[in-house]
Amino acid sequence: MKIFEMNKSDAILFLCFSAAILAGPILLTPIGAGYPDLLQKFAIFGIFALGFNILFGLTGYLSFGHAAFLGVGSYTAVWTFKLLSMNPIPAIILATVVGGLFAAAIGFVSLRRSGIYFSILTLAFAQMSYNLAYSVLTPITNGETGLQLAQSDPRVLDAAFGRDYGAVLPSPDFFGISMSGYPGFYFCAIMLIICFFISMRIFRSPFGLMLRAVKSNQNRMNYTGLNTRPYAQAAFVISGMFAGLAGGLMAVTDPLAGAERMQWTASGEIVLMTILGGSGTLLGPVIGAGAIKYFENIFSAFNEGILMNAFSFLPESLQHLAVGITSLFVGEGWHLTLGALFMLIVIFLPGGLMEGFNRIRNRFLKRSGDGSGGTADTVPAAAE
Amino acid sequence: MDAILLQILNGLDKGGAYALIALGLTVIFGTLGVVNFAHGALFMLGAFCAVAVKAFLGFEKVTLDPENLTAWGTASEIRQPYIESWFGEFGTTLLNYSVPVSILITIPVMLLIGIVMERGLIRYFYKRPHAEQILVTFGLAIVAQEIVKSAFGANPIPQPAPDAARGMIDFGVAIGFEAGNVVYPAWRLIYFLFSTAIIAAVFAFLQFTTFGMVVRAGMVDRETVGLLGIDIDRRFTIVFGMAAVVAGLAGAMYTPILSPDYHMGMDFLVLSFVVVVVGGMGSLGGAVAAGFMLGILQSFASMNEVKNILPGIDQIIIYLIAVIILLVRPRGLMGRKGQMEH
Repeated sequence: MKIFEMNKSDAILFLCFSAAILAGPILLTPIGAGYPDLLQKFAIFGIFALGFNILFGLTGYLSFGHAAFLGVGSYTAVWTFKLLSMNPIPAIILATVVGGLFAAAIGFVSLRRSGIYFSILTLAFAQMSYNLAYSVLTPITNGETGLQLAQSDPRVLDAAFGRDYGAVLPSPDFFGISMSGYPGFYFCAIMLIICFFISMRIFRSPFGLMLRAVKSNQNRMNYTGLNTRPYAQAAFVISGMFAGLAGGLMAVTDPLAGAERMQWTASGEIVLMTILGGSGTLLGPVIGAGAIKYFENIFSAFNEGILMNAFSFLPESLQHLAVGITSLFVGEGWHLTLGALFMLIVIFLPGGLMEGFNRIRNRFLKRSGDGSGGTADTVPAAAE
Repeated sequence: MDAILLQILNGLDKGGAYALIALGLTVIFGTLGVVNFAHGALFMLGAFCAVAVKAFLGFEKVTLDPENLTAWGTASEIRQPYIESWFGEFGTTLLNYSVPVSILITIPVMLLIGIVMERGLIRYFYKRPHAEQILVTFGLAIVAQEIVKSAFGANPIPQPAPDAARGMIDFGVAIGFEAGNVVYPAWRLIYFLFSTAIIAAVFAFLQFTTFGMVVRAGMVDRETVGLLGIDIDRRFTIVFGMAAVVAGLAGAMYTPILSPDYHMGMDFLVLSFVVVVVGGMGSLGGAVAAGFMLGILQSFASMNEVKNILPGIDQIIIYLIAVIILLVRPRGLMGRKGQMEH
């Protein structure tokens, strides 16, 4: 099929990516990230960031409300578990579809404006969803407690196929394979690989080129008599679907949905992940998502005891000073590190880690006497 | 009728805070062309100036009183703020009026913060895309917020209004309603008056001083003003400092109404941005008008009568208005052509 055709370097990239993701549990064990909960988060936020990147990286529209789609996806998935079946397949399909529909509605309104107005509009919609989920929509969202499964849920499809969970609270399972732990990770990982493939196809397609044209000069596109809005709208819906899927997967691995997932700080986090990795690049967002989740996990686990040990080589007075300063940045203060990182990246490396890698590589290649300097051409997706 | 008046009054103080923050945002946007997502953090820092002043004034000397025993049989403690033991009556008054007194500290502190922020960070972002400005100031806001959190803790810290302003004013009597119908906390009225005074001062400054004239000229055409031999960058730095002061004062005076915590800035920031956009980016009058309008609308939407008809409207009214305005009048209520059009 034509859609699966790709050139050699893309094929290699895709295979390496898939291999790296699937070998994640082995590859990441040496740095202390080889356990399923964290790996699931890597995969889920990788999908979320890939989707955000299709909008922000390609079209340049900065949405500050993407967490709303994630939240909607989570609620949909949990409701599917409650009403239809504990199988994750219908849950993630519905989560993707509902995320996409929600994005279509919000995008239809928000995309009438661009620049900062677009950011504010998406922010406004996300805050509205968040506030409503907390207040009036409590029958659907279960307010502050969060939406949970119950033993007495109908689960129509399960009942039709004669599946009975007995007197225990059911948990999502894929034809008998429980969706917690490593099976859950592999489920998410396969979704991530599929999403990566889709995102790659979009990047390489005429459609992707059109989205980039929207970013570089929308006016000029309009002057040529082309209506750019449908393209931006499509990108918005696609990224909403990715976010919905990510939200659905969150519910698959842990069947609980809360409104705090929709708060605008959550939207800010996904922006940060994409920027950190490198917006507009293929791999960047996944790397950014992984890096943030990894450091969040490592840093927030630190406490004074660990720090005291780490600085035990210093004389005692210096040790206390060092612990005092570093403890600002770890544990509870992890967000401080996050904010500082955010600033440093935007100030010094607006292209994200991918740009950093490219710079290092270019310098290295120049030193080794290659001299051509044309290495950037081999990576078509490199940030500009 | 009196119920409507009461809701208008209720909206005024919040509207005043929105208007002050939005005013600063607009001034910064109009002069420097920077979208400042850290403006809410400035509001929050101002509020914590008041907290710090209160804490500083309230340092207590603890003496043990062996005459009186507590229920546990230990000597009871007598706590007396140092400031009272040093200055007597005056110290007590100072402590009581800690929130208004904190203004004296807030102004220089916020001016310094604003100038350092502009010189140290913002000026490198004039030429960069708006998305990057948003992101870097967003990061700065998180940093400021987390520093405050580690210094003051995560819980809200209540700040009492001065005793004299703690009661209620029966506002209705003054304009001919029956007593007891339109009762309004005195401090909120003071806050409203305070915010209008600040707004008037900012407008007067921009309208009637030479400095203000240069700034307004710079807003229209920065390059020409520079060609006339005026160091416009320096003026704009001071303008940024002033915007920080306005936001800080709004925060410091707001503390008796809302106990400050580290994320109050973010909450207000989102709303203030909506206010700016509704008023029209770059329009000072629009920012002020939209601030008060949205504050009042919000208080109307939280009336029970309204909530019964449209449940949940109080939660979303501001965002809903913003969406409608942006779709009907894309430049906002008073936005002018050429501002923020790319």
